[in-house]
Amino acid sequence: MTTSPAGPGAPEPVTLVQAVDAALEAELAADPRVVLLGEDIGRMGGVFRATAGLQARFGENRVVDMPACEAGFVGAAVGMCLAGLRPVVELQFDSFSYPAFEQIVCHLARYTWRTAGATKMPAVLRIPYGGGTHAPELHSDSPEALFCHVPGLVVVTPSSPADAYSMLRWAIRHPDPVIFMEPKRLYRSTRGALSADPDPEGLPRARVVRPGTDVTIVSYGPSVPTCLEAAEALADRGTSAEILDLRVLWPLDQEAVLASVRRTRRCVVVHEAPRSCGVGAEVAAVIAEHAMFSLDGPVVRVAGLDTPFPMFMLEDLYLPDPERIVAAVEEALR
Amino acid sequence: MIGSPGVGSDSPASRAGHGILAVRAGSDSAEHAVDKLRLWKMMVQLRAYDERATLLQRQGRIGAYPTFWGEEAIQAATVLAVRDADWLFLSYRQNAVPVLRGLPPEQAWAYFRGDPRGFFDPSQFGCAPQCVPLATHLPHAVGWAVARRLQGGDEVALAFFGDGASSEGDAHEAMNLASVLRAPVVFLCTNNQWAISTPLSRQAAVDHLSARAAGYGMPGVTVDGYDPLAVFAAVTEAVDRARNGGGPSLVEASSYRIGPHATADDPSLYRDEAEAAVWREREPIGRFEQQLLGEGLLATQDITAEHERAASAMRAAGHRLDRMPAPTGEEMTAHVLAVPPPSWPGSSAPRFVTAEQ
Repeated sequence: MTTSPAGPGAPEPVTLVQAVDAALEAELAADPRVVLLGEDIGRMGGVFRATAGLQARFGENRVVDMPACEAGFVGAAVGMCLAGLRPVVELQFDSFSYPAFEQIVCHLARYTWRTAGATKMPAVLRIPYGGGTHAPELHSDSPEALFCHVPGLVVVTPSSPADAYSMLRWAIRHPDPVIFMEPKRLYRSTRGALSADPDPEGLPRARVVRPGTDVTIVSYGPSVPTCLEAAEALADRGTSAEILDLRVLWPLDQEAVLASVRRTRRCVVVHEAPRSCGVGAEVAAVIAEHAMFSLDGPVVRVAGLDTPFPMFMLEDLYLPDPERIVAAVEEALR
Repeated sequence: MIGSPGVGSDSPASRAGHGILAVRAGSDSAEHAVDKLRLWKMMVQLRAYDERATLLQRQGRIGAYPTFWGEEAIQAATVLAVRDADWLFLSYRQNAVPVLRGLPPEQAWAYFRGDPRGFFDPSQFGCAPQCVPLATHLPHAVGWAVARRLQGGDEVALAFFGDGASSEGDAHEAMNLASVLRAPVVFLCTNNQWAISTPLSRQAAVDHLSARAAGYGMPGVTVDGYDPLAVFAAVTEAVDRARNGGGPSLVEASSYRIGPHATADDPSLYRDEAEAAVWREREPIGRFEQQLLGEGLLATQDITAEHERAASAMRAAGHRLDRMPAPTGEEMTAHVLAVPPPSWPGSSAPRFVTAEQ
């Protein structure tokens, strides 16, 4: 195909959104059970072009444009799983997942359980999420904690093109429903090379993306590059920060969090979702339960405010930035 | 079929005062001849199941139970009108439909005693598990039907829902989506006039719910839901159309909810039970038996014997339910996730499993 991004082994590194497109293309080619559903994903290739060229290659029966009915087509994905397909659904923006919430909570997450394991729900819901793109109201939310709180779902988010590619291919092959949160701010901000194959085993693990010794900064998705910037600034001040990218938000990779924190004895959690009752709270609770006496200071959270995501003239005040992360690390090190 | 003449004054539709016109199966349905005795026996089986389940609830052997007394014609005729390979998508009031396809009644009742052994493999019976939220199973029927077509099958999905569920957004989304995709789906609305205490007049401002089909670009028809042959004819026509590439249809089976919404409900709080008593006298099984007696297909003693046989079978199923041991705590975590979260009892960290290739 001509409109497709470069695949694995191609000479040029690709953007994160191109990595998503390449992963979808690879799985559509590898498995006839894989179908894509979503709004504007066909000829248009999606509002972010994450499905560019796929309908032309795989046809209208496998890359299926949907009417504007998120509950309807997430529900249809549940029915497709009942028939043995592996639907990958694009929910156009974070907030567009809300109309489908009942289907996700009451059916997608529960169906395997309420059919005594007889029916797998290997669906993937791709959700471009987060702020920083000067988007209209209700186009910048970070609803990941809502999904983490629903038993029966796996919630993952990549922070690089390589992870977007390998984790999406993994998600499509995984037997449980996966909420695949795509950091839309990073769609075109970085480029990276793609690995040849998805990890076929278990869950992706959390990963240390920058090793350090003085403090662990736990983060994920769109905040990871921000944390890396903060780590550079901290290094200039003589502080060695370790950045742990969770990658899988639920089930939490508890071992990785605890191993890092036991080593550095300090922890800062960074996400742009609202501060309270979020992934950061869960990370802090796990540390308090299992590593309390390894800590030399309190766990500090850097997060969005407990407000609606602001109108975009104010979003830079809302989003965690390197300065706030540096300040939080200094607080944790006190 | 809407607007066709010949509506009996005793049809639930006309009595409900909404001017709904019902059709009865005529001689033109001969090409889909129905085994009337089989149909009748299925209705009797449903009645025996429903009455036994109500008894089990009154005796504390199961929890709250949504009775379907009076809706046997709709359910039995529909199961006969589809093929075994066609899938049925059920609301809770169709909880006995899988029994018509072989699910042991005690397993169906295990669900109502709060026992996870009430869960079953949908593919074994061609029945999706009963849906508790209203209308949210209708999009599943659409997705299943589209998937089977993509896989080269010619099966049809049939989804039951009610007049209350017809107000839900998912009903609208599913019917619109099915029509846009020309999915082989039959939407079967049991309009029993009551959604707990809410009468149809507070549910919809149209005279008959099948009129909504026009807005989705699909055929719609209203039939007398107390007449199993009328239901059979209408569902057969809709299923044939779907199977032959004609897309989805909406069939409204007009009925009246003679019993309560569920065992915990007291309809005397919100409706004149004298009205329900009128409908109780016209319930579909007795009416169908009168017809079969008149046609010489049944004798009075056959009727008594079949009801006793069915009741006895359900009594035995109730005893089997009682003998099922209580579930164990392990069943709470069974089948939730392939990789258990670290927070589960006995689980300290995510295990590694091999993802399905």
